[in-house]
Amino acid sequence: MSENELKQATLDYALRLGDDSLVLGQRISEWVSNGPFLEEDIAYGNVALDYIGRARMFYGYAAELDGERSEDDFAYLRDEREFRNFLMLELPRGDFAFSQMRQLLVDLYNTLFLAVLVASNDQTLAAIAAKAIKETRYHLRRSREWVVRLGDGTEESHRRAQNALDELWGYGHELFEMDALEQRLADCGIGVDTSLLRERWRSMLSEVLAEARLTMPEDGWAVRGGRAGYHTENLGHLLTELQFIHRAYPGCRW
Amino acid sequence: MSQERLELFEVFVRSRRGLDHKHVGSLHAEDHEQALEYARDCYTRRSEGVSIWVVRSRDICASQEEDSECFFDPSDDKPYRLASYYKLPDPVDNM
Repeated sequence: MSENELKQATLDYALRLGDDSLVLGQRISEWVSNGPFLEEDIAYGNVALDYIGRARMFYGYAAELDGERSEDDFAYLRDEREFRNFLMLELPRGDFAFSQMRQLLVDLYNTLFLAVLVASNDQTLAAIAAKAIKETRYHLRRSREWVVRLGDGTEESHRRAQNALDELWGYGHELFEMDALEQRLADCGIGVDTSLLRERWRSMLSEVLAEARLTMPEDGWAVRGGRAGYHTENLGHLLTELQFIHRAYPGCRW
Repeated sequence: MSQERLELFEVFVRSRRGLDHKHVGSLHAEDHEQALEYARDCYTRRSEGVSIWVVRSRDICASQEEDSECFFDPSDDKPYRLASYYKLPDPVDNM
């Protein structure tokens, strides 16, 4: 790869990771004022803020590499097809069990992903990962406990947790699929080869599920496309809310 | 989930410079582990602390209003228990 190609690839990669963080952060923030009780409301709001902060770091780096567009341009002025987040992250927040189950799947994934990214040859990505992994370990502690609490709780909470897992399952495969860009970056020690994380992710997940008395679903179906910009119908609605102010009042500050 | 089924916990936080844990408030949680996490999220998110204690409110044994007279009044007339009661020799006036 020439220096320019490498720079462009790194920029695209930072945007993907920024999109993952922003979209999930936005989804989690929908729980603010809707949490099951005050303490959880504040705690989950903190997680949303961690993700928004992470999005800023990735977009900020992308802006630095880009030289023209700013982090706000990336967040507020791109359309659905330009977003490259995993589909799982844009799904509506659902009930509390659904949100916590998604959180567990993502937290386990991020724990493994960031542990590799920390050693990236790209100093900035490595530094972002070093900060993010501490947050993610805490997120995992929370989502793990919630899934166990719900799965091993009442009949209703168990049913909701199992439904959530079944509904999410087909969206999980995408996390471990590599495209050409990610493979190139992994080959030169900048990106993460996520296909190598899958087995470990499954085994960590199955430990939690066993404790939660939940059943790992069968691999029957898969939905993919996020990394290519093909989204579910949910992303457009999410972006409408996220981008409205900035588009209606460009450059607005408060 | 209804909050009535959650237990009340008292939260104590040791600040960066402090040597002791100070009572900062209370919260609802299902168990100790969750209480510790909520304490982290509700009371230390602006880096107020380096160590947290949580304790079930019902485990605290507190003195009662009617105890005040026999608990606290007797010390009112014993000023010699205070360091300020004693006149210091001049050489140690900066104590």
